[in-house]
Amino acid sequence: MSANLPKLLLEAKTVAKHFGGVKALQDVSLTIRQGEIYGLIGPNGAGKTTFFNCMTGLYVPDGGGFTFDGTPLIADAPDKAAARGIARTFQNIRLFGNMTALENVMVGRHVRTKAGVLGAMFQNAATKAEEVAIRQKAIDLLHYVRIEERADDLARNLSYGDQRRLEIARALATEPKLLCLDEPAAGMNATETEQLRELIDGIRRDGTTILLIEHDVKLVMGLCDRVAVLDYGALVIEDVPAIVQKDQRVIEAYLGA
Amino acid sequence: MDIFLQQIINGLVQGSIYALVALGYTMVYGIMGLINFAHGEVVMIGTLVTITVAGTLLNSGMPVALAGLAGLMAAVLVCMALGWALERIAYRPLRNAPRLTPLITAIGMSIVLQNLAMMIWGRNYLTFPSLLPKMDFEFAGANFTAIQIIIVLVSAAMMGGLLLLVYHTKLGMAMRATAQNPAVASLMGVNVNRVIAAAFVIGSALGAVAGVMVGGYYEIAHYQMGFMLGLKAFTAAVLGGIGNLAGAMLGGILLGIIEALGAGYIGDLTGGFLGSHYQDIFAFVVLIVVLMFKPSGLFGEKTGDRA
Amino acid sequence: MKKVPFFQSLPGIALAATLLLALPFVAALGGQAWVRILDFAILYVFLALGLNIVVGLAGLLDLGYVAFYAVGAYTWALLASPHFGLHWPIWAILPIGAGLACFAGVLLGSPTLKLRGDYLAIVTLGFGEIVRIFLNNLNAPINITNGPQGITLIDPVSFGAFKFSGVTQILGVSVSGPQKYYFLLIALAILVIIVNVRLQNSRIGRAWQAIREDEVAAKAIGINTRNLKLLAFAMGASFGGVAGGIFSAMQGFVSPESFSLIESIMILAMVVLGGMGHIPGVILGAVLLTVLPELLRYSVGPLQMAVFGKMLVDPESLRMLVFGLALVLVMRFKPAGLWPSPERQRELQETGK
Repeated sequence: MSANLPKLLLEAKTVAKHFGGVKALQDVSLTIRQGEIYGLIGPNGAGKTTFFNCMTGLYVPDGGGFTFDGTPLIADAPDKAAARGIARTFQNIRLFGNMTALENVMVGRHVRTKAGVLGAMFQNAATKAEEVAIRQKAIDLLHYVRIEERADDLARNLSYGDQRRLEIARALATEPKLLCLDEPAAGMNATETEQLRELIDGIRRDGTTILLIEHDVKLVMGLCDRVAVLDYGALVIEDVPAIVQKDQRVIEAYLGA
Repeated sequence: MDIFLQQIINGLVQGSIYALVALGYTMVYGIMGLINFAHGEVVMIGTLVTITVAGTLLNSGMPVALAGLAGLMAAVLVCMALGWALERIAYRPLRNAPRLTPLITAIGMSIVLQNLAMMIWGRNYLTFPSLLPKMDFEFAGANFTAIQIIIVLVSAAMMGGLLLLVYHTKLGMAMRATAQNPAVASLMGVNVNRVIAAAFVIGSALGAVAGVMVGGYYEIAHYQMGFMLGLKAFTAAVLGGIGNLAGAMLGGILLGIIEALGAGYIGDLTGGFLGSHYQDIFAFVVLIVVLMFKPSGLFGEKTGDRA
Repeated sequence: MKKVPFFQSLPGIALAATLLLALPFVAALGGQAWVRILDFAILYVFLALGLNIVVGLAGLLDLGYVAFYAVGAYTWALLASPHFGLHWPIWAILPIGAGLACFAGVLLGSPTLKLRGDYLAIVTLGFGEIVRIFLNNLNAPINITNGPQGITLIDPVSFGAFKFSGVTQILGVSVSGPQKYYFLLIALAILVIIVNVRLQNSRIGRAWQAIREDEVAAKAIGINTRNLKLLAFAMGASFGGVAGGIFSAMQGFVSPESFSLIESIMILAMVVLGGMGHIPGVILGAVLLTVLPELLRYSVGPLQMAVFGKMLVDPESLRMLVFGLALVLVMRFKPAGLWPSPERQRELQETGK
């Protein structure tokens, strides 16, 4: 039976985090399986982004920890998380504004490439070849998220929707096993949300596991294989969308009883 | 222990001066997030104006007390105007610019003021007129003078006055609100421009008084004196927690004492390798250590970086 | 047909090369002092490009850059002068100087890794001052730096018997010391520029720019910001170290006075006013800020005499005053610098600034 169970990619065990007196996360435990789209929802302030930040190393948990792909995840080392295969986008979009769209994606390749200072100065064959590959991969990714026309524009001059796509392209450039999207549909209209849905589906089809934090409940329920609900820092329920939608506690959490 | 008390007293006096100057830095940084590099130069101009005004009046026969007072008033007025002009002309147009731009502007203004001072007052050291009685006292083996007492008392009075202003007046409340959140403060009806101007003007006034004290204490002045003084006062502000008034005051005094003790004992500590002319290094070392280990200073708040 | 920018085409390069080769001789018509000014302009191009790595690319506001210049200069002075009686050759001293400066860069950079913007500036300023104070005072109990008097009679650059000081006859033409240094400096400058361009457009260069733009996001995509920041400091410092060595050799004399805060500010101004991160802009900034003040100095004195009949204003303070004003005015009206990168230029045009 275990041969058919998809592999556990990420395991969170009793993760706790507080800021001063505020308990942002209270012993949250959940699991994400390889190949699924996993949704994380909850009212504002429930701790979703805090959970995210603990997982990706921006915050250090005050209790509990994570296991990724079988090995424990080191806290407070976001660059190591990326090297391990966890990529993320940000709720407030954090692009490299004064670099072009293409350069943003090219720098996403940093963690999977290795040319150093000496290579840069002397331009040996290996460095040149790597540089060509980086550029090509970046162009391919811009095509993948459909903003190839914006390649030479400064990232900060892109439209809001294009910026979100660019951030996803940059995250994909790191060849992640787990892609974490923090409210990617925020501020989007129905058409844009639908295009985003297709993109995320495509990313999963192409082999990346996805963790999605979202407020757009319709998007989450329609897209995710499993959903976890947080409220006041605690896990309320973790199950398939059909069950979660009907759960009384979830309805109360969102509508305030 | 023979020089310990002496150095403490010296440190207290120098520290009071640092505290007054530090307040100017901390108020501006607290409200605008800008290091007003030119503040040290404002202090320097206060000293030089006093020399010119008081010196001229003394020469024309005016009694010492009156000439001194007139000199002080002139310094305060000139510095207040200078502070106001700095904000209005150099910094206000850059309110929304990225951090680097106002910093470079501040450095530029500092250079401009220094060189204007050199052009007006010349390159040479100037003597500060003798305005206060020269009385010496002795206590438990340490010497101190009337001037030192006056400096500490006047500084304490000014700091007390500032705290009264900030915590018990409408303007003070407006300043505190603006320091926390300028956008919301303006929505609540606070005239942010005037608050910022007030911060500069008040800081400059305090700086002018500090300048007069420096002149009276060391009896000389020079167009370049603002640089080191400003840097050390800024260190004091950081030490106490930038943006925090009480922090700036305590930071100033603490820095003065650290410097004095350091200068007094450094010969012994390093077996004669480093002499007291390394004194200036103490402030820098304090600065570096504080920023490395406790960047929020003694009383500052931790501002985390929430993604 | 695709238009190639003039200076990348063959006739363009030929013209530029001819101008560069002729320049020191043209300048000499006004006196050797002008050739020296040219030499310093190129030296400052080195320094500005070195600082550009730290400030322009990586976004680390370094106000103490002059410390690395000083390390390089004093290394040459100590290894090639009567002070210790050592007379090592250039190919030994320059790498040592660069290496020591590199080490100093890592040393100065390490405590600053967690600092942002203004604080970083102040701490680096403090370091620069500490270095200057030590240079001024390390003459007792053991005389290392000879204190405020500095070190004199420093060996010039030489390749075997060919010395760069004094006049030499080459192909029937009289070439002076400063002119010989000019050609050495131009050769080095071309190398430095190439290295800088390559660094900027490399994996490392992009990582530096990412750190400058958003350090949190840079970490999130796997950039080891700690190591890369130290690398930026180290690389920038080594350029300063090389420049320092040549400075020492050229002048024949060093003292702590040459390494004050105002120097650091000057070099920073060259980077920022020129066009931060944009190599041609930085070169322009370095040349302008070296040559214009000299032009000012040479004209202000006689001008005042002609108009007022006496010196109203000391040219030195006027020079600095104008410099300060230039900083304020450029930041107010052209904050992206005089020659920003093409992407920035496009953006500025579009937003109508």
